[in-house]
Amino acid sequence: MKLIILNDYDQASEWAAKYIRNKILQFSPGPNKYFTLGLPTGSTPLGCYKKLIEYYKNGDLSFQYVKTFNMDEYVGLPRDHPESYHSFMWNNFFKHIDIKAENTHILDGNTADLQAECDSFEKKITAAGGIQLFVGGIGPDGHIAFNEPGSSLVSRTRVKTLAKDTIMANARFFDGDLSKVPTMALTVGVGTVMDAKEVMILITGAHKAFALYKAIEEGVNHMWTVSAFQQHPQTIFVCDEDATLELRVKTVKYFKGMMHVHNKLVESPPSEPKKN
Amino acid sequence: MPSNKSVSDAPITQFINCRILRDNELQREDLWVREGRILDPEKLFFDEQGYADKRVDCGGSIIAPGFIDVQINGGYGIDFSQASEDVSDGVSFVAKKILEHGVTSFCPTLVTSPPEVYHKVLPQVKVHDGGPHGAGVLGFHLEGPFISAEKKGAHPEKYLRTFKSGGLEHLMEVYGSLDDVAIVTLAPELPGSQSVVRELSQRGITVSLGHSAADLSQAEEAVQQGASFITHLFNAMLPFHHRDPGIVGLLTSDRIPAGRVVYYGMIADGIHTNPAALRIAHRAHPSGLVLVTDAITAMGLPPGRHTLGQQVIEIQGLHAYVAGTKTLSGSIATMDMCVRHFKQVSGCSVQEALEAASLHPAQLLGISPKKGKLDYGSDADLVLLDEGLNVKATYISGEEETGPPVPLYMIDMSGF
Repeated sequence: MKLIILNDYDQASEWAAKYIRNKILQFSPGPNKYFTLGLPTGSTPLGCYKKLIEYYKNGDLSFQYVKTFNMDEYVGLPRDHPESYHSFMWNNFFKHIDIKAENTHILDGNTADLQAECDSFEKKITAAGGIQLFVGGIGPDGHIAFNEPGSSLVSRTRVKTLAKDTIMANARFFDGDLSKVPTMALTVGVGTVMDAKEVMILITGAHKAFALYKAIEEGVNHMWTVSAFQQHPQTIFVCDEDATLELRVKTVKYFKGMMHVHNKLVESPPSEPKKN
Repeated sequence: MPSNKSVSDAPITQFINCRILRDNELQREDLWVREGRILDPEKLFFDEQGYADKRVDCGGSIIAPGFIDVQINGGYGIDFSQASEDVSDGVSFVAKKILEHGVTSFCPTLVTSPPEVYHKVLPQVKVHDGGPHGAGVLGFHLEGPFISAEKKGAHPEKYLRTFKSGGLEHLMEVYGSLDDVAIVTLAPELPGSQSVVRELSQRGITVSLGHSAADLSQAEEAVQQGASFITHLFNAMLPFHHRDPGIVGLLTSDRIPAGRVVYYGMIADGIHTNPAALRIAHRAHPSGLVLVTDAITAMGLPPGRHTLGQQVIEIQGLHAYVAGTKTLSGSIATMDMCVRHFKQVSGCSVQEALEAASLHPAQLLGISPKKGKLDYGSDADLVLLDEGLNVKATYISGEEETGPPVPLYMIDMSGF
């Protein structure tokens, strides 16, 4: 894995956004060659989304030939509820950029047959040629998407009941009222994300530090599902100083020492004629 | 968003680079319009996978709901109270001109007139939507003749009336028809007013108290019967007195039925009301303030003598007097001037100033949120304004009807 350590949240967000930008530009997407991106929700990626929007507004990046697949969505929450992940993606990302609606995919938590919806989502990913880059976050309990502790590390997209920790972490989006938080969600599986060509995990804040420690310094364990990515050939963890608080000094020093190499990945691309 | 053919046949317009008045604040959001209504872009995206056909760059402008003027007697030489053969042409002419002031809907107002005038004028103008032809007509505002002789202001005394027994039937004899009437101003101290107020309210007509010498309890009684508006607060009513506040006392009355709001018209032209009085009213009851122009024939015309109702008036600068007297006969300020003046002297926010000319009149007439708001599904009657609240463009049902206003024929515009 690559562990990218930046000083603070803003710098981590910017680094991640530049990485995504460069990946898309290097891929040179076109009408017959879409770049497929897996996307997260939550407070961690907000800064990254803001930066990506900035790059689009500056004319440096277009999402015209990008297809997106979101990780998850609540079950039973109306799609236009302000806390649904559809609303989140619209307000924080889609409405500000030039992505086409038909190229976005978010699980529908209000269908009659939830498992069929999940199976269909998997097929759509396959039909799109698989995911080039899956961006995700990590929960305080070490989960990726809604793959709560105990989830199979080879799981696929399915319905999950949310853990108490997750419901409590989400309560702040529902006026602090636990009874208003949905208890079930549709989520991509650990196996689904493992199938991606590359995985990028964003982790910021001291409250995520223990989960990061468990994910990268301990073994692969279904109680900390992000640890599964130790077995993925191309994983990159982008974090801020606070998120490293539970790591060994040795680990942090090693990866900080590599920053001059890793920073090459986010250099501005050489200016070339726009291919759109 | 890529400009592309949208899924539905009707074209979609996206206003970008603007600040919109929504949820009582100015938000940095795009405004989407389809088929004359404000569109929910999130639904469009997820349900229809659609996007804009046309984008309008607003250059940082403010977009507010189009202004609604519930008291305007004419303008540009047109007097709505004149019994002519081509009343509807006159109303249309004014309707087109006031678009320049950001007004997208209005109530043509008739001052106290003899029955012949009502019988001739009222049938000629129906309630209708605005469009390229001009601002929409919401219905007539009949200011009189059931008003107080003591507080007639510029209204001709010989045509004043009192209620005869038979209440509403008598009204129908005088007016001829109430079909396209939105507001009736009357004096509640006139005997027999209670049943009239009640019956008019039940018919969905807004009853306004004005040109009246009523005391507070008479005014409160009328509100309980259904009255919901005060015609040009402070003017043509008893002045506020600390032991009997009169109609002005409605602003802070505790005898307003629950769930009801009493709205009050303010002519914020700097002449009809002292700024300190305007501030007192605003601070006492900010959510009820409705800006009205009470504009008369002479609005938009050069200084001199002009006709209003059955009388002659004289323009001196920004003042319009009953010829030969110092009685104010109406105002010649435009709605956008009133909005700017109100904001300036009250120190209120941009959002409050705009709501006083859009949301509040819409609420008064019970036509919100269709009008007066920029909610999803609201009519796309819009006014684009710059930072100083000057009108840059006016839209009705999403179509641009006018660019920057032509300067009015005025002497001294300072202070606006």
